[in-house]
Amino acid sequence: MRRIPPLFRLAVLGSAASVLLTGCLGSSDSGSGDQDTSRNADAKKVELVIGANSVKGGKNAAGAEFTEDVLIPKFVEAQKAKGVDVTVKFQGDGSDDEVYKQKLALGLSNKTGPDLINVDGIWVGEFAQAGYLKPLSDTVGDAAKVDGWDGWKQIPDSVQQLGMFDGKRYGVPGGTDGRVLYFNKKLFAQAGLPADWQPKSWDDVTAAGQALKKLPGVTPIQINAGTAMGEATTMQGILPLLVGTGATINADGKWLGNTPQLRQVLDFYKSIYGTGLGDPVLQREAKGRDKSFAQFAANKIGILLEGDYFWRSVVEPKAGVAKMADRDTAVGYALIPANRPGGGVKGQDFVSMSGGGATAINPNTKFPQQAWELLEFMNSAEMVKAGLNGAAKITQRTDVNAEVLAGDPMLNFVATKVLPLTQYRPGLAEYPRVSAALQQATADVIGGKSTDAAAKGYQTAVEAAAGSKDKVTSN
Amino acid sequence: MATPPESVPVPPVPGRPARVRGPAQDVAGLGIGRAVGFLAPALLLIGAFLVFPAIWTIYIGITNYRLTGVEAVSPSIVGLSNYTRALNDALFHNALWLTLLFVLGSAIIGQNILGFALAWTMRRARPAVRRTVEALVLLAWILPSTVVAYLWIAFFDRDTGTLNSILGTQGTAWLIDYPMVCLVLFNTWRGTAFSMMLYSSALQAVPPSQLESARMVGASGWQTLRDIVFPHIRGHVLTNTLLISLWTANDFSPFLLTKGGPNHESETVPVYIYNVALQGGELGYSSAISFLLLIANLLVALLYLRLLRRRS
Repeated sequence: MRRIPPLFRLAVLGSAASVLLTGCLGSSDSGSGDQDTSRNADAKKVELVIGANSVKGGKNAAGAEFTEDVLIPKFVEAQKAKGVDVTVKFQGDGSDDEVYKQKLALGLSNKTGPDLINVDGIWVGEFAQAGYLKPLSDTVGDAAKVDGWDGWKQIPDSVQQLGMFDGKRYGVPGGTDGRVLYFNKKLFAQAGLPADWQPKSWDDVTAAGQALKKLPGVTPIQINAGTAMGEATTMQGILPLLVGTGATINADGKWLGNTPQLRQVLDFYKSIYGTGLGDPVLQREAKGRDKSFAQFAANKIGILLEGDYFWRSVVEPKAGVAKMADRDTAVGYALIPANRPGGGVKGQDFVSMSGGGATAINPNTKFPQQAWELLEFMNSAEMVKAGLNGAAKITQRTDVNAEVLAGDPMLNFVATKVLPLTQYRPGLAEYPRVSAALQQATADVIGGKSTDAAAKGYQTAVEAAAGSKDKVTSN
Repeated sequence: MATPPESVPVPPVPGRPARVRGPAQDVAGLGIGRAVGFLAPALLLIGAFLVFPAIWTIYIGITNYRLTGVEAVSPSIVGLSNYTRALNDALFHNALWLTLLFVLGSAIIGQNILGFALAWTMRRARPAVRRTVEALVLLAWILPSTVVAYLWIAFFDRDTGTLNSILGTQGTAWLIDYPMVCLVLFNTWRGTAFSMMLYSSALQAVPPSQLESARMVGASGWQTLRDIVFPHIRGHVLTNTLLISLWTANDFSPFLLTKGGPNHESETVPVYIYNVALQGGELGYSSAISFLLLIANLLVALLYLRLLRRRS
């Protein structure tokens, strides 16, 4: 009897497979740490890929256009003068930030991905811990070369933090931003509200909302909430409100737990979405944020909490994703008030949150030296200015900002009025999980749960994210 | 025992007769070596793309491996704690419950009944009508999921959706207010073609003479179905139900419509696994849940084989 029983066959295959997989998982920490950092330094034919979450004709179109049409040709030309034949490709993306991050993480975990990677500042910690990103001086292999770059002197320390983790530089930041309350002046006029509106407390905001509620077909206030919007909920919703209660998400080495301040924030959400001032359905839709943009541009939303990105790339009259031809006259902006005057963090009357991205070098790049050259080139004053293409944006470089911001009153407002009051998110690896827990708490509240129940659920989630109860405050 | 007439050496018989056990054992006459040779490519493929990933999943499922962070570099073995966590995870229970609803509503009831109803009514229809209906139903089945999902999102959309225009219910966010109902409708529409085709051919097996006799004795439509048609196609019903249940339980296209939202209200198990693995980065935990889903699939498949064997 020589027939092989099927079970036996399976067992043979199974054991063969388990032999194959022994010790594969996460073992490869060696990566580029052991690689020769001067590899291909003298190559005459170089290929580099830049990856970013922007795409021509879609998300952050201006960034993609600049990279493809200006930055890359200029760099290629400059290298050609040195006798090096460089090919640079732009790998654009037009997806939600969370999806883009997943793609990057999956690529990096398999030692692939673009050579220069644009990441959000808050991802640097977890990517660094996973070994997906290395300090620039390790990848380039020459600390003097990296730290000696003259561009650093132009980048304020708070902005440099966006590309740092554990005191080490992982990437060159690409500027920063600030959050404000945008409002539609046309709707405000109809509701009898002033065109130079500046609320001084949360009550002022809801009072304006009540006035706007009388207009037919208008959603008075939209403050990002829920899990569908991901980090946008945290940055354009919870955190600006939270700093308005005087608390920060991480203080003295502890994460914020179920505290009175958190409950105040959740209560505010409840007062907006439970009373018809905001549209809770929009916050639950898979494409809710894009819809909120479209509705604001269509004069259907009165007040929207957003970053300066909204001004530059969303309602921007020419290339925005939800263009408003009359942006300059129709869109007003005001500082975000603390819950009551003087109630904000550090006793401030007004608050904001800031973030920003950084460009890092993929540790697995074949051309670390050339990648650094491109990174330097990309962040030179000349290129940063060229990237603005006449438009204004708060760049990483103070020398450029001084020149360009004067031309755009809104961005100037952010640079001079908002940035002095702003807060940054903690550059800790646990942050994204804490942020997800915050988003879930707002999702619970707008879904109808009580503030207390949502806050309790948050406490459990944040303890799991932080690793222990001792690292979370509560009372 | 007859001795060979001459002491001439017997020429070697091909296939080495000493090891051939008889026609029943080796019909093709290949011999084990060649048989294994023929099987090897298939076995290698199954091993590489089915067995290996399954074992790999079991392995990751007992670790705390994550997509990013410290555990991405140095995951540690956490034993069965992922499984105990799943047993106490309200969101996982929610996902199981929604999967059950999804399978029950869209596969067992929706596709089965609609598929049979189409097959039964189209059996007598004019060929042109039948072919048109079949083509339309098939189209729903063969279009790529992304295209279909886009069409359904447009159909259900709150602001400019087709459904709201038809019903005059402007502003109803179907995918937010009734996510599971939408998914059940969607999947019924999407998958009915298979049931329809299977039942169409099954109905051919019902002897026309019996149907004729039933009509002669004045049996009602329902009586004919119950007493004549059903006994003939019972096996097909079983096969069809089990297959579409398995497919539906593992179907990922709900993600394309709702991403599991709002707030986990349409998060079936496959969507939950994806969200845990990539949105939350918890590859270890999601592997444990995947393994549980695999076991559930195997159990259903075993049950199916059992039932089939009993029939024959």
